[in-house]
Amino acid sequence: MLKQNQESCSLPPRMDRKEYRLLIEHRGAGGLGCEILKNLALSGFKDIHVIDMDTIDVSNLNRQFLFRASDVGNSKAEIAARFVEKRVKGVSITPHNCKIQDKDDVFYMQFSIVICGLDSIEARRWINSALVNLFDPEDEDSLKPLIDGGTEGFKGQARVVFPTLTSCLECQLDMHAPRTAVPLCTLATIPRQPEHCIEWAHIIAWENDKPFPALDNDDPEHITWLFQKALARAKEFNISGVTYSLTQGVVKNIIPAIASTNAIIAASCCNEAFKIATQSNPCLGFEENYMMYSGNDSIYTYTFKHEKKDDCPVCGNLARELAVDPNITLEEFIASLAERAEAQLKKPSITAEKTLYMQAPPQLEKLSRPNLVKKMGELVGNGDEIGVTDPSLGAVDFKYKMKFSRDFASTA
Amino acid sequence: MTEIVTDQTPPVLHGPSDKEKKYDRQLRLWAASGQKALEDAHILLLNSGSGTVGVETLKNLVLPGIGKFTIADDSIVTEADLGVNFFLDEDCLGMSRSESCVRLLQELNSDVEGQHYQFGRDRPLEGLFSDATFTLILYTLPIDSNNLTLIQKYANEKKVPLLSIHSAGFYSYFQTHLPGSFPIVDTHPDSTATTDLRLLTPWPELSEFAQSVTKDIENQSAHDHGHIPYLAILLHHLARWQSEHGALPSTYKEKTAFRNFVSASTRTDNAEGGEENFEEAVAAVLKTISSPHLSGAVKEVFDYKPDEVESVSSFWIIAEAIKTFYSKHNALPLPGSVPDMKAQSTIYVQLQNIYKSKARQDVLEVLETVRVHPGGKDIPVTEVEIFCKNAAFIKLIHGKTSPASIVEIADKEFESDDIAALAMMPLSLLPIYLSLNATSHVPSASSSEIVATISKIIPSASSNPRIVKAAEEVARAKGGELHNISSLTGGMVAQEVIKIVTQQYIPIDNTCVFDGITSRTQVLRV
Repeated sequence: MLKQNQESCSLPPRMDRKEYRLLIEHRGAGGLGCEILKNLALSGFKDIHVIDMDTIDVSNLNRQFLFRASDVGNSKAEIAARFVEKRVKGVSITPHNCKIQDKDDVFYMQFSIVICGLDSIEARRWINSALVNLFDPEDEDSLKPLIDGGTEGFKGQARVVFPTLTSCLECQLDMHAPRTAVPLCTLATIPRQPEHCIEWAHIIAWENDKPFPALDNDDPEHITWLFQKALARAKEFNISGVTYSLTQGVVKNIIPAIASTNAIIAASCCNEAFKIATQSNPCLGFEENYMMYSGNDSIYTYTFKHEKKDDCPVCGNLARELAVDPNITLEEFIASLAERAEAQLKKPSITAEKTLYMQAPPQLEKLSRPNLVKKMGELVGNGDEIGVTDPSLGAVDFKYKMKFSRDFASTA
Repeated sequence: MTEIVTDQTPPVLHGPSDKEKKYDRQLRLWAASGQKALEDAHILLLNSGSGTVGVETLKNLVLPGIGKFTIADDSIVTEADLGVNFFLDEDCLGMSRSESCVRLLQELNSDVEGQHYQFGRDRPLEGLFSDATFTLILYTLPIDSNNLTLIQKYANEKKVPLLSIHSAGFYSYFQTHLPGSFPIVDTHPDSTATTDLRLLTPWPELSEFAQSVTKDIENQSAHDHGHIPYLAILLHHLARWQSEHGALPSTYKEKTAFRNFVSASTRTDNAEGGEENFEEAVAAVLKTISSPHLSGAVKEVFDYKPDEVESVSSFWIIAEAIKTFYSKHNALPLPGSVPDMKAQSTIYVQLQNIYKSKARQDVLEVLETVRVHPGGKDIPVTEVEIFCKNAAFIKLIHGKTSPASIVEIADKEFESDDIAALAMMPLSLLPIYLSLNATSHVPSASSSEIVATISKIIPSASSNPRIVKAAEEVARAKGGELHNISSLTGGMVAQEVIKIVTQQYIPIDNTCVFDGITSRTQVLRV
């Protein structure tokens, strides 16, 4: 199996871990970063960089063990780097207190492996497309294995991507379907669940009352305001279950996170990095590339091969067919892209033979805005190909072939 | 988990406490009750071998706020420890390993109390048990067999759960030894699995409700028709189906026909070209139109014969009462929750109340049986309520070793290996367990020594290439730990400790093997 891997994969020749330069990208609530840093330092890697734009919050302390109560408010990257350098002799850790999107190709080119402990799908999609586009078949150093970990409660996953050669994070996007949004009319007129009351307070009441200039999810005063509004609404409709904790959970979209799951997933990622660097054993990647873990009911792992997709908007080039009702407006069509599991685009720009709608720059946005109210059938023909991009995700470029789901009832 | 049966007291209008803020992300999993169990617990780690996997486990328990932990160890910190154990630094060289690890672990959480017990010639391990009581004991392998006998004796006498952990090279395994059967009520099933609507056996209040909201359904306004809860749509159509066919749909074919029958009632002469509530009804047919059946796990609880000590515990008293309920009604108590569905607010709340009050009625019936039991007078109502709500998902973990011999287990595992490739199944990890287990009391061994030890229990071991390969890997590790493997294993063990201490979720039964080469686990009962 090892042999087969070596043949099909253009890994850099066996390297000592000292010569390996690793990049850890850490962002948000999960807190895999602390574990990953510790594991890499104790696996013999000597040159590690870490990017994290966040500062330490008190709710991090239940699992992010490089931080103490006295560190609250400081940069995560800096405190973590200093701590591990002090504890483990001979390791160099360079912190970058910024967003991953602030760095360019030249920056990413200097690393041998990139490991992600990111909490947002957007950030994952961005770094994935950046590393896919970095790959130049003429230059084998440009192949940067991407290792990604994520957790939720007692569950998690670790996966390895060899950009352009194996299934990338974008190919796997539909494995993490977006939460379906509650229709606005439910929130406005027929709430039934405590969550509906909270979303009403969050989306509608806040806009009406504007109690503070801007909503800050981390400000307890703001959350308390939303909680009380939601509670009053729940009372009006006889709905039970609105609590402060639930309010905070819905508004901040909180995912439960615990130290033990972080340890499992982070160590799995680092074990793969270790196997790639030492070539001591076959790593995840070319055969199996995805390890799913669940500790809810006994312990269950499923390690499998996720296939690369030819119509992947990042690493493939085929257009995929999309059934569309020609009688909906472009604006409705754009909104529907946010809910599609394989797309999950919140602010896409659309082009057909000509520009249909551009989110930026402002002049183009203004010029293309009148198209939003037009029917799809007016703008494109059955069988036409359209391009959908979202600059906030990097080079994610969807190609869709329009397939009309019913006749276009021209309003002209 | 939100309480459905009793009415909720209105929440207090103040923000979270400092502790709630710090532990917010975990309280969303095991709630205040689980947290309290953790805070009341005292975990002992008897550390031996190269010493990292147990400390990594403790890290994952100190962070979420376990009450107390103690490390017992007879080792002194050496250079080799520093390369693999994060909770030791240069300043610890030559010092007691237990004391050093406790000090650096303790830094992680000021709410947690850490103690150390450095044992040796002058201070025997026995002394540890003279005045301390432990909730759960972890020990790492390889271990001195006298020490092992000592803690096994203690665990046996005091009925304390015992977990063994062995991590070497790319391999690890851990094993739980629970004092007797271990039943769990709060198993946290997936929310998608818990819907139990009883549409084939509606009770009078539910039927009346369905009839009232579907009255004159043909002539209802577009708004009313588009807001009938799907549950009522299904009940209405089931009644019509039954009067036309003389029976309820039961086979797959009948259910798909029934689905088309419901779908055909959708009004399409509107702007949307359909109705959301009818779409919901159609989508729910196959999932909800089926008679509830007892899961294997619940049958096992019903069939279990608790011993004298067990049978006076509240779990077995309530389980017995629920069994009585089941044999009388051919159904478990109603859980009482209703999934969200398109409906007017008032109608939905009315529907919720119908389910809640039926659930409450079922609880009362179970409670009556419980109260008749001599030991059932003092069992809190809330405990009966929670049990009734989770009745379909209760689970019994044996905690004892498998009744099958290791030879029988090996035969079965290797038999399925023969067809693994055809069945697209992963290979058994039993060879890893056997190889590690063969070095339980020696710091390291050669591969031929390992195979020879295994051959004593499985005579054909040396002719099994997978056993030989695993033995070679264990021999290569020379008793050394890889930090990643120990950290990963420590994460899994900590999850198990949390499940056992909080009595929530479902622990393993009883051995989990990890293979860091193929990135897989396997749970076996040995």
